[in-house]
Amino acid sequence: MNLTLKIWRQKDSNAKGQMVDYKVTEISEHMSFLEMMDVLNEQLVGKGEEPVAFDHDCREGICGMCSMYINGEAHGPDRGITTCQLHMRMFKDGDTITIEPFRAAAFPVIKDLVVDRGAFDRIQHAGGYISVNTSGNTQDANAIPISKHAADEAMDAATCIGCGACVATCKNSSAMLFVGAKVSQYALLPQGQVEAADRVQNMVAQMDLEGFGNCTNTGACEVECPKGISLDNIARMNRELMKAAVK
Amino acid sequence: MSGFFKSSIGRKVAMALSAFFLMFFLLQHLVINLLSVFSPDAFNEVSHFMGTNPLVQFALQPVLIFAVVFHFVMGFILELKNKKANGVSYAKNNGAANSTWMSRNMIYSGLVVLAFIVLHFIDFWIPEINTKYIVGDMTGLHNGEFRYYHELVEKFHSPLRVGAYVISFVLLGLHLAHGFTSAFQSVGSSAGRKKVLQNIGKAYSILIPLGFIVIALFHHLTHNH
Repeated sequence: MNLTLKIWRQKDSNAKGQMVDYKVTEISEHMSFLEMMDVLNEQLVGKGEEPVAFDHDCREGICGMCSMYINGEAHGPDRGITTCQLHMRMFKDGDTITIEPFRAAAFPVIKDLVVDRGAFDRIQHAGGYISVNTSGNTQDANAIPISKHAADEAMDAATCIGCGACVATCKNSSAMLFVGAKVSQYALLPQGQVEAADRVQNMVAQMDLEGFGNCTNTGACEVECPKGISLDNIARMNRELMKAAVK
Repeated sequence: MSGFFKSSIGRKVAMALSAFFLMFFLLQHLVINLLSVFSPDAFNEVSHFMGTNPLVQFALQPVLIFAVVFHFVMGFILELKNKKANGVSYAKNNGAANSTWMSRNMIYSGLVVLAFIVLHFIDFWIPEINTKYIVGDMTGLHNGEFRYYHELVEKFHSPLRVGAYVISFVLLGLHLAHGFTSAFQSVGSSAGRKKVLQNIGKAYSILIPLGFIVIALFHHLTHNH
């Protein structure tokens, strides 16, 4: 396949970026999108140009690093995948592909396609944990009975990899799917109850402080989420916050 | 509790609560207006009751005005905050791939509805307040007859006004098509009720605006000779 790529290039966080056109040739349709980017970067290095900076780590859909907005969608046109799992067979020979970083005021660009998602870490630090002493005296996990239904829902929420596709996709740059998932994974389990009120209040306060927008329930995040995190987690977070407010 | 309403989620809940009130108001408004199609006398009676009952006039009416103003002022504030949260715009953004047009354009459908409310205030509310509280005529009579039905019919003579009316209600329908279920989601409605609420929302967002449109067209066509 021969392709035209329109890629956002930005030298550093202070520089003004711009879209730059590149041509890549002889791309196999079996390649992943990141392998295609590797081919482009080898071409650029060969020509003595600066390669395109992009985040990647595991390349098997679990780390959530590969934050690219491809042809107007987070992680490109396929569903339930990260960019490393996007195959070039989703495109046609001769296509023009637009590649941009995840956009949100709370996700500043560090370089080219690399953005700072430290805001998610700070939200997590604000309450995304349970205070349990784990130094050698943990009790058996099965000592606390948990219904199958609650365990499944909590596990579904916990599959969130914190990639930020929800924020990138949201027309309001809202982080509520991420925070909703993180609140839910504890709210559904007995271990999470003790700190439930503080957790949701602190995490939502940090989310607001980071400058994320307000959810308007378009549902776009749920569609673009590589892990299929449900919008129901946002409703649950809203319930948890209301519960905490009247406590 | 005051901290709650300052949070992003608290604002959404407040938005939803005002929406619930407005949606209930729309339903009762439609029911009363429908009377004008079936029985001008009944429409006159109910209009006179609503227009002169102290509870409706001095308790419900201020709440309604507050809800309308709150809903659009908060809508603007949230829209501006959300725009600010966006940062740099995408060169290419395929919103249609993951969300409905209605959900992405609530501010625009809302603005059309707001423009309609202004027209509606000029048409009905201001003359009504003038007659009742400035002129001081609480009888509801004109030439010895109740004036309400006659005034309604009068307004629907102009095809321009009927056109504006129809367009506004189509946009209101689009606003409700997203807004109905969105309001329930904002107040944390559980997953089990989703399907039922979606169906009620669909029916509500079609039937309510359609009802108002049919009433306008009915009076325009039957009294325009």
